[in-house]
Amino acid sequence: MVTGDVKLIGSWASVFVMRARIALNLKSISYEFLQETFGSKSELLLKSNPVHKKMPVLIHADKPVCESNIIVQYIDEAWSSYGTSILPSLPYDRAIARFWAAYIDDKWFIALRSILTAQGEEEKKEAIAEVEERTEHLEKAFIECSNGKPFFNGDHIGFLDIALGSFLGWWRVVELDANHKLLDETKTPSLFKWAERFCNDPAVKPLMPDTANLAEFARKLFPKPQP
Amino acid sequence: MGETEEVKLLGVWYSPYAIRPKIALRLKSVDYDYFEEDLFGSKSELLLKSNPVHKKVPVLIHNNKPILESLNIVEYIDERWNTSGPSILPSHPHDRAQARFWSAFVDDKWFPALKAAAITKSEEAKEKGMKEVEGGLLQLEEAFVSISKGKPFFGGEAIGFMDICLGSFVGILKAREKLKGEKLLDETKVPSLCKWADQFLSDDTVKNVVPEIDKVAEFLGELEVRAQLISDFKNLRSTFKSNGRVM
Repeated sequence: MVTGDVKLIGSWASVFVMRARIALNLKSISYEFLQETFGSKSELLLKSNPVHKKMPVLIHADKPVCESNIIVQYIDEAWSSYGTSILPSLPYDRAIARFWAAYIDDKWFIALRSILTAQGEEEKKEAIAEVEERTEHLEKAFIECSNGKPFFNGDHIGFLDIALGSFLGWWRVVELDANHKLLDETKTPSLFKWAERFCNDPAVKPLMPDTANLAEFARKLFPKPQP
Repeated sequence: MGETEEVKLLGVWYSPYAIRPKIALRLKSVDYDYFEEDLFGSKSELLLKSNPVHKKVPVLIHNNKPILESLNIVEYIDERWNTSGPSILPSHPHDRAQARFWSAFVDDKWFPALKAAAITKSEEAKEKGMKEVEGGLLQLEEAFVSISKGKPFFGGEAIGFMDICLGSFVGILKAREKLKGEKLLDETKVPSLCKWADQFLSDDTVKNVVPEIDKVAEFLGELEVRAQLISDFKNLRSTFKSNGRVM
């Protein structure tokens, strides 16, 4: 088992960084968190991720690992005997988890973000409808994967919980911006209850950013055009 | 194992993504039934039932359970038949992370850039796009040299995950060379990748799986004609509409 110092380059506001941090928490791994400054990229980041120049980057025993879902899988494999399993154990369940994690990033998140970048009410309404439709897919996925248990991964938080749950802070911010419920207790009741359980998990609670702080950060990142 | 394994694969002969599970199944010596879909006609009931979210190929159906997304399918095959054939993913966590990283680079950045450059009507966008594609190949050349450490494949002695991922596009690159004289696999720029590409195509697990280059070139040519016809039709229709006639 390779142990060695662990660093994580990231930002408190980033969904993708949070994924790595939750995974490290689940495995009880101590690490040095290197907070990037908004608006500039550190030398270490540019050196460790020359291809994409993006966070998060996990540096373990001086070797960088990039891309949030890849980092989470790495953490699960490198520290496989620590804490609980992050990926499910059966090949088929792992395939399902990876499929939905890709759906979340490639389809669901894109729709969520387009609410914030929408120009005009018409575009915003369309984006909201798309998010609602895709969230319903995720409700079905949750029911299928959880099999009556509290999380996508069963009794404990796992890969798919982390993939979606890390968005909860931003999910709330976009809800406020859209002035429209995007995680609706009546439309997606299972996901709604899962969200509360996820946020209260000890591996997640200290990391979930305050909604007001995140909303202020969102205004910097997605400035509204001046009338 | 004792249980009867029923393995079906839904695909289309021309899709690089559908080639991937075929190679993986070959590496693991797994027998399967192949079903050719008609994506230009209508999609089969089985496809729509197995992949209701995306309605895309490839789909692997193992004992009636569908597995979707080409690289996901490859990982599944590697894990499910882990005692058979070579390991497709490397064994060390860091090497696995690298294989996943570069395959994500190929699928999320490199190939989409090639596709966009191929489709665009703007000369400027095409030039910019092709520069990105060439730059990507240089990065992949570097990655190959560093990962393979003198061995023939990304996976070492045998074909592995990254070989399958990038290798599935070699046919298209060689077909485009035939069709357009565009030499992306240039020995002067990416010599190691060129050698690797030839080694990949001549490997036993790949030889009868990847379609013939001539056939792919012909298909790409047909696609281009079709796209042009659709674009011409759309232009014609909007001309009629703006002249007050409705088609």
